[in-house]
Amino acid sequence: MTAPILALKNINKSFGPIDVLHDINLEVRPGEVLCLLGDNGAGKSTLIKILSGVHQPTTGTIELDGKEVIFPAPRVAQEAGISTVHQFGGTFPLMSIGRSFFVGVEPTKGWGPFKIYDRARANAIAVKAVQDMGITRITDGDRLVGGLSGGERQSLAIARAVHFGARVLILDEPTAALGVKQATHVLRIVNEAKRRGLAVIFITHQVMHAMAVGDHFAVLIRGAVAADFRKGEKTREEITDLMAGGASMASLEGEIEGYMATHDGHPPQAVQA
Amino acid sequence: MTSTTASRPVEAMPAHGSNLSLGSLLRRPEAGAFLGLLAVLIFFAAFGGLTFLKPAGMSSWLNVAANLGIIAIPVGLLMIAGELDISVGAMVPFGAMTVAVISGHYGMSIWLGIAVTMAFGVTVGLINGYMVIRTAVPSLIVTLGSLFAVQGIVLGLTVLITKSTSVALTVEGPAKVIFGDFLFGGQLQVMVIWWLVLTAAYVFFIHFSPKGNWIFAMGGDKVSARNAGIPTDRMTILLFVLSSTSAAFVGMCQAILYNSAQVAGGQSFIFNSIISVVVGGVLLTGGFGSVVGIFFGTITFAIVNQGIYYTDFDRNWSALIIGVLLLLAVLMNNTFRKMALSATTKKKGA
Repeated sequence: MTAPILALKNINKSFGPIDVLHDINLEVRPGEVLCLLGDNGAGKSTLIKILSGVHQPTTGTIELDGKEVIFPAPRVAQEAGISTVHQFGGTFPLMSIGRSFFVGVEPTKGWGPFKIYDRARANAIAVKAVQDMGITRITDGDRLVGGLSGGERQSLAIARAVHFGARVLILDEPTAALGVKQATHVLRIVNEAKRRGLAVIFITHQVMHAMAVGDHFAVLIRGAVAADFRKGEKTREEITDLMAGGASMASLEGEIEGYMATHDGHPPQAVQA
Repeated sequence: MTSTTASRPVEAMPAHGSNLSLGSLLRRPEAGAFLGLLAVLIFFAAFGGLTFLKPAGMSSWLNVAANLGIIAIPVGLLMIAGELDISVGAMVPFGAMTVAVISGHYGMSIWLGIAVTMAFGVTVGLINGYMVIRTAVPSLIVTLGSLFAVQGIVLGLTVLITKSTSVALTVEGPAKVIFGDFLFGGQLQVMVIWWLVLTAAYVFFIHFSPKGNWIFAMGGDKVSARNAGIPTDRMTILLFVLSSTSAAFVGMCQAILYNSAQVAGGQSFIFNSIISVVVGGVLLTGGFGSVVGIFFGTITFAIVNQGIYYTDFDRNWSALIIGVLLLLAVLMNNTFRKMALSATTKKKGA
């Protein structure tokens, strides 16, 4: 087993008197997808913000390649190879694919004060990067990002992170706002990133999506890691129950089954107005 | 399905050449502004004849366009970056009064007056910029505050120093020729040259230099732009400095041209610059627009503003035309933007 790229050791985070994260221990290896599962308010976002340098942990350490690191700003985490892709791709809807791909690191041609933005090269590289990730529908770098589908935008953002040398890819609910087909696209891209040896941290509350790509799962409940297991060790039902905070989902399903048993197999109907 | 996907990458290669097609021209941010300009030209040609396109007529609206355009472009860039600057309305009389008091009332060197005026422009821009990035108060409110504050300073100080609200200024020699004269002894102001040169510089800065990309990114999504490593705070301050310095510059040149400065006036620049920018296809909420569009928008505004004199219409109606024009321009620009968003390579052959 390879050594972890990124490891969290006893991370605690509190905002004033409120403790948000307790003793988080997690690690992620190259070519592995760590799925971070949890209901709303479980502390997933805070954890991502600590990993991407937006917040600093109150106590505990982050280790990159076995060495302790501090990320005082998002820029520092990014330079260390940790890329975060947010729910809507973090891209600019009214910019062209080429321009948004190279925001902040525009390729130029010419010399001295007359260096100009190299549109043709930016477009060619951006289109190739996206196509290499398996999105062959994108062929024109002049198209506006806002004209892409949600899945394509996610893919563009992931391709961008991969192109600029990300080693750890943090995907914050990439499939939450997407339809079934679009989500499949994104999951395929996640697999492609994994195949290229990136460590992927995949945050979601959709157990199906997590199970499709995950190697390693961690369930967050009220700021603590409630379960930490590998692929195949738990069923979908068990994970869903865990996320919902224990037995509540199981008991709801039990109630519905009980209802169906006493009503000729019909589930409960909405009351007619 | 498989055959079409396989053939598309090959198609993509000549796609660069297709930028001159009608469809892709219409999708550019300045398309609406250009069509608006054509419509206005046709309208005034039909109702007033071609007098306004003859040299005397042209200089009337070119002068208006030049004075407005120098302010409208930086105001438009701020809008592309997601900010607004209405303090330009006070910076015009501030610039005029500063040079008039220093070089007119006190009789000091005109070059000192010019240097101090520009320095004041930079200072107000820095204050606006810092307040916007430090307080996170919307820039409309911040610059509304500085609009009134600067107006107060101009009126208060001018009356205190000169006991008058109007100050005379006589400039001769190179400063007059460079900043406030008529070209070739005609009616065209030297400001027109400044406007054309500055527009060309802005076109390079925004559409060709890599930094232009940053401004669009800031207007599209400030947090993502910052995360991508763009110094958003520095760029915001720079843009505010550009707009207030440009406004002070226009005021200064007017004072040198007309040999006097008044404490009032300049407020019309607030709305006129915003109208030019919006007619020019800039999205009010940022992230979309072009310098060429603002250039066309400014000319369109100036023609409507001046063209009415060449028709039989009562000039009181010109505000109505400008209002209707603004609404039409916004609707047209929305349509073109939707076209740009839905444009795909597939439609290329159609």
